[in-house]
Amino acid sequence: MIAYLVRRLLGVAGVLLAICAVTFVIFYLLPADPASAACGKTCSPERLAEVRHFMGLDQPVWRQFGDYLVGIFAGRELGSGPHALQCGFPCLGYSYENALPVWDLLMDRLPVSVSLAFGAAGLWLVLGLSAGVTAALRKGGLLDRTLMVGAVATASLPVYFTAVMLLYGLVRLTGLLPYPAYVPLTDDPVAWAVNLLLPWIALALLYAAMYARQSRSSMIETMAQPYIRTARAKGLPARTVVVKHGLRSAMMPVLTLFGMDLGALLAGAVITESIFGIPGVGRLFYDALQRSDQPVVLGVTLLAAFFIVAANVVIDLLYAAVDPRVRN
Amino acid sequence: MTTLIPPAAGPGDAPAAGGPGSPALPDALWRTTWRRLWGDRGSRTALIAAALLILVALTAPLLSRLGGWSPTAFDADAIDPYLGGLPHGALGGVSAEHWLGVEPVTGRDLFARVVHGAQVSLLIAFAATAIVVVTGTAAGIAAGYFGGRVDTVLSRLMDLTMSFPSLIFMIAMMSVAQDVNRVVLMTVVIGVFGWPGIARVVRAEALSLRHREYVEAARACGSGPWRILTRQVLPNISGPVIAYTTLLIPGMISTEAALSFLGVGVRPPTPSWGQMIAEAVAYYETDPMYFIVPSVFLFVAVLAFTVLGDALRDILDPQGGRP
Repeated sequence: MIAYLVRRLLGVAGVLLAICAVTFVIFYLLPADPASAACGKTCSPERLAEVRHFMGLDQPVWRQFGDYLVGIFAGRELGSGPHALQCGFPCLGYSYENALPVWDLLMDRLPVSVSLAFGAAGLWLVLGLSAGVTAALRKGGLLDRTLMVGAVATASLPVYFTAVMLLYGLVRLTGLLPYPAYVPLTDDPVAWAVNLLLPWIALALLYAAMYARQSRSSMIETMAQPYIRTARAKGLPARTVVVKHGLRSAMMPVLTLFGMDLGALLAGAVITESIFGIPGVGRLFYDALQRSDQPVVLGVTLLAAFFIVAANVVIDLLYAAVDPRVRN
Repeated sequence: MTTLIPPAAGPGDAPAAGGPGSPALPDALWRTTWRRLWGDRGSRTALIAAALLILVALTAPLLSRLGGWSPTAFDADAIDPYLGGLPHGALGGVSAEHWLGVEPVTGRDLFARVVHGAQVSLLIAFAATAIVVVTGTAAGIAAGYFGGRVDTVLSRLMDLTMSFPSLIFMIAMMSVAQDVNRVVLMTVVIGVFGWPGIARVVRAEALSLRHREYVEAARACGSGPWRILTRQVLPNISGPVIAYTTLLIPGMISTEAALSFLGVGVRPPTPSWGQMIAEAVAYYETDPMYFIVPSVFLFVAVLAFTVLGDALRDILDPQGGRP
């Protein structure tokens, strides 16, 4: 198990390094010049050269990438002389926009995105799995067909459409919910949940529909396995067969999917956050793009990659813990 | 946004198509597929809807000429300057002149814009799907058939690509790129991240095919790898590939719409559904038609291709995912 863990973590480091390199190169090669943006319109060539030097843009790309990597692990000094900025571990650079450390910006916004992601994930798991399993157990029946038609239709609705419709129905028309404004969990848990309920529902509906479809097909496949027949033949109660023998193994593929989806959402649901104006990482990313704030864009991309990879590792370890065959 | 790619078929799953040297899909199978698609009410409706949308996309310039308006022409007479530029008349200005009403402020014809939007959206979705399918199938077949080091390298590459935060990455790439053809760029950017899903499916299939007797026989007869791959392996995985290709399309349409919605897709005045919806969000209360028209087109397109893909998967790849 430990050998497996070490091997897996080394692989993760490699993947993150590769993603970091690809991201860095792409943003380096793209034409926008951050120095002239930072320097402003009335910028003399000498001043521009100074700014470029301060930002390290006069260095070759591999050197810049090396400095960036070192910065992440050990922190680094940006620029030199009296104006040098000390950027401590983990240094992801400074925002061009407001000269704040990217890491601080990310950590400031992260709780919002995490609240959004976990709340929505809880909701869609409950909705999606119960719908999927119910449909699978009544395969071909009226309930199955109704649920699946509903699921395929809901999955075809873009999240921004659902969001606007919910906003209209639940906020403008009936006033059941307030217009979402983020309240930290630690300040007021009730207001936190009430304010996030609308974005949770909007995001969860789409995923619930997809999970209902996925868990239904997975459950049907599992329930057709010979060992389920054996369990039934032994005379086990239907409930035990479904829950202990069926559900457990049917949920494996769903779990893999869940890891990927949750990982991707943790670093910001860009569309949902920008529709509801929720100040999460996705919103930070979106705003940074409008202003060509490359360090922030790069930082969010890396954070997102980290969450996806981390979620994958957690899922893999869970698999390995349950199933010894995976370890080799 | 996410396309659901069902788990790959396990080894031993008999592919639908026939034996050695068979064409991509034998005639009999085509006929069966067609009969089953047409025989089911749901998939028949989806098929008709998808065909109509493709037809609309292909004939967009013709249709907008028929409607009498170009997608970029302003019509100051159709809007009311005293009402903040809202369209004259009920339902967002639906009239004999403007069949689906007009855009607020500009008065551009919604029918012309939505059919041209269909062209842009479907063109990008289909082209990106083509990239994904060709790359994914090639990578999957090579990994599965050759195995060994080729498989290791390709599988690592699949894992790596799947670890990329694709939506965030796509948005970032689309927004920093300048002075390039947006449609081409978008197709490539969307296409780049999609291939591992289908590659995994194809890899599993190829893995189970590589030791079949007829493949061994072809090898014993002196066929080279290229001939075996194109004549023996490829035809036998074409069923699942066709099914998954159809299932990829709705995801591509949604992705294109999402990118355009966020304002990093095709640039105005070129219309696209996502971009139209984004502009219409501000008017959802005052001019609901403006919001509803492109949304309905997007919804129908995604739904039709999903239902069609589901049906094709049930027919062509009965053991993969759904028994």
